[in-house]
Amino acid sequence: MSSRFPERRTAARFLALACAVCAPAGAAAQATTALRVCADPDNPPYSQRDESGFENRIARLLADELRRPLEYTWLRDRRGFVRKTVGAGLCDVVIGVPVGFQALQTTAPYYRSAFFFVNREGGADLRSFTDARLPTLRIGVQLIGIDPGTSPVGYALARHGATQQVAGYTLAGAEHPPAQRMVEDVAAGHLDSALVWGPQAGYFAARSKVPLQLVRAEAPPDMAALPFEFSIAVGVRPGETALRRAIDDMLVRRRADIDAVLATYGVARTDATRMEAAP
Amino acid sequence: MFFDIARLAPLTCFAQIEKMTKTPILLCCSLLALAMSTGPRAQEIREGDWPMAARDHASTRFSPLADIRTDNVANLKPAFTFFTGVRRGQEAAPLVVGDTMYITAPYPNELFALDLTKPGAPVKWKFEPRPDAGAQGVACCDVVTRGPAYADGRVFMNTLDAQTIAVDAATGKEVWRTKLGDITKGETITMAPLVVKDKVLVGNSGSELGVRGWLAALDTRTGRIAWRAYSTGPDSEVLIGPAFKPFYAHDRGKDLGVSTWPPEAWKIGGGAAWGWISYDPALDLVYYGTANPGPWNAEQRPGDNKWTAGIFARKPDTGEAVWFYQYAPHDQHDYNGTNENVLLELDVKGSRRKVIVHPDRNGYVYVIDRAAGEVLSATPFVKVTTSTGIDLKSGRPVLNPATETRMGTTVRDVCPASPGGKDWQPSAWSPRTQLLYMPHQNMCQDMMTFQASYIAGTPYLGAEVAMYPGPGGHRGVFGAWDPVKARMAWSIRERFPVWSGALATAGDVVFYGTMEGWFKAVDARSGKLLWQFKTESGIIGQPISYRGPDGKQYVAVLSGVGGWAGAVVSKDLDVRDGTAAKGFASAMKDLPQYTGKGGTLYVFALP
Repeated sequence: MSSRFPERRTAARFLALACAVCAPAGAAAQATTALRVCADPDNPPYSQRDESGFENRIARLLADELRRPLEYTWLRDRRGFVRKTVGAGLCDVVIGVPVGFQALQTTAPYYRSAFFFVNREGGADLRSFTDARLPTLRIGVQLIGIDPGTSPVGYALARHGATQQVAGYTLAGAEHPPAQRMVEDVAAGHLDSALVWGPQAGYFAARSKVPLQLVRAEAPPDMAALPFEFSIAVGVRPGETALRRAIDDMLVRRRADIDAVLATYGVARTDATRMEAAP
Repeated sequence: MFFDIARLAPLTCFAQIEKMTKTPILLCCSLLALAMSTGPRAQEIREGDWPMAARDHASTRFSPLADIRTDNVANLKPAFTFFTGVRRGQEAAPLVVGDTMYITAPYPNELFALDLTKPGAPVKWKFEPRPDAGAQGVACCDVVTRGPAYADGRVFMNTLDAQTIAVDAATGKEVWRTKLGDITKGETITMAPLVVKDKVLVGNSGSELGVRGWLAALDTRTGRIAWRAYSTGPDSEVLIGPAFKPFYAHDRGKDLGVSTWPPEAWKIGGGAAWGWISYDPALDLVYYGTANPGPWNAEQRPGDNKWTAGIFARKPDTGEAVWFYQYAPHDQHDYNGTNENVLLELDVKGSRRKVIVHPDRNGYVYVIDRAAGEVLSATPFVKVTTSTGIDLKSGRPVLNPATETRMGTTVRDVCPASPGGKDWQPSAWSPRTQLLYMPHQNMCQDMMTFQASYIAGTPYLGAEVAMYPGPGGHRGVFGAWDPVKARMAWSIRERFPVWSGALATAGDVVFYGTMEGWFKAVDARSGKLLWQFKTESGIIGQPISYRGPDGKQYVAVLSGVGGWAGAVVSKDLDVRDGTAAKGFASAMKDLPQYTGKGGTLYVFALP
């Protein structure tokens, strides 16, 4: 990665020089303006302060493509994340948000995912919310803890009688993300199954010493009105339309690279990808 | 001299130390120690003092001072101001003991002592508790604090990062500090502590984040935790034992704090004790409310979810629960039970009863027998659609299924809205008029489509909550409630929710503030506006009255909009995002046109 730094710098300098000759000064300034990304410093597999998360990799691709230096504002992704980062003027881009996310303008989506049942091989093999065993199985689910919001899978469990054995995993008070703790508890046999969002399900299951299986959690028939699948896009500061368009272009141009990054991190997706289509 | 001293609370003895010789001081304190040991009694309060947020243990917020009256209040003028250094929501009550005023500011929770003997009340000392900056991101509803408490020559304060600190009132030096909660678990403290006998009582905030609620008692001398009573879990941790005699049958049984939840859910079940505490020295019981259950959606936690959204009576020495009543079994509207409990003696159906008067988030004013925990009456004070009444036989609300918040279903006309008919903003009681002066809301809400949202990389569904004014089109009311006749004697409509506390005085003048920044004095008997003053920012603080060293009556209030209702200004929320502040922002879009941020104390007196 670091070997690319000088190359990019040279390119930027060259571009700045060229623009100084042929374009107004404003354009030159823009070429060297950093791409300012807001990210959680400790939320694998998405982002890490050492830039080892898949969203960090995508941010790097983005910055390289835009020929801008990459700059981070780090903050735990909790209530008020967008307000305290983009809203406070500290950064302009959040690499992963659902399409239609109100607080930001969103690009075209670059992947789509769903929640997955994470099962231990040879275990309960839970595949559906309509499974008659649902009320008696020990099932893990992440709690959001912001009323009145909750995850659609949490609702599906409750509607289908899974209230007595369900274990809620909160964001607060633990070293590791709830998704990681749930997957570890499935592996250890503390849970029969866990409902985990795709990117985390794929990543943590792949790192388990015990073989685990992912089964997509389809919306039960009575909850067809609720979304169980979400398209993920890049979120951009409202008003920064030029930047949003530039990122949209880049998402098309670097589609293969982005797919490769997502595949490397084991992101469980529900959209067809070029990686899968490739021989 | 001797009798004067004996009438004073021990705290006054300490306050007088510098002025007196040592001998009478020692005498005074030992006498008081004797008096204290003869049986439980309320802290005696000098007429001109305001030593705790609600002034007294009965939580009346009534000042016996009567120099400022209905016929002269129009001449009220600013005497001095003081900037707290923080332009965030100022919900604290200033305290006055002797010649000193004590003020706590929002995070970073600096504590100021102002010298009232000098012109302009200069700072005597300032104490910086230096709380963990991470606490700001955890607090649900602005980084507010609701004030300190004074006793025995010490000022007790809470910090947003869940510490209680005792500070020497004379010097501003820290005496002890005790860490009570963990911000990484979502625990913060915003409430005002209450000192009862030799204990300071403190409760946590954070039910939305899956904390487990508790009330703790700390030794005032050492800060050692004497007991901690949880709001959920096994009886041994809720401090339920042989003394527990709840009035209603469904509150009796073993370990209901476990069995009324799905397994393990009580461990993150909420029920924080972030509101007000009252104390009855004759019964030797403290009363406080518990917050909403959390963090699960209501469908995921079938059962009554005890002991959330209710009121506990406990013995202050041991923490043992004596009774409990639940306002909202299995709450699904964020109807916390944490509002103030005003301890009164009222004629109820022909007999004199010792009662609690409690205006709840759910829109009813409850009158509860405070020895037995029996609900004597419950009357709506705002439009209520979530229930059709309170069944006095069972004590349970009769719920309206049409307003149940089911995901995927649009629910309209939910009244009161989540902040309730009335939120934290405390009422005042005048024994002269027998009226409870209630600042409150007039708001309903719709819960509509479910927006995709994202926290820590996991999608969730944020219900689009739109709050709007209730009948009449105004969002706030300041009303005088007659608890015997169970009706409003008079009420004043306000554009915004009245998010400030109320102050009643023996001069029959009642004070409150508005979110536009008006500080108002009204006639206690008629509600007629007698005087008003526009401060720099919206008022959400608790007005108080005291007698200054010059013998004059003063009225003081902090100005500085914020809190849940005012977050659109204090937290610079984008008013285009109606879901901000859990939907409250949608109803407060015009607030920035009326006021800006502030953080200033205003003190008024007659010329």
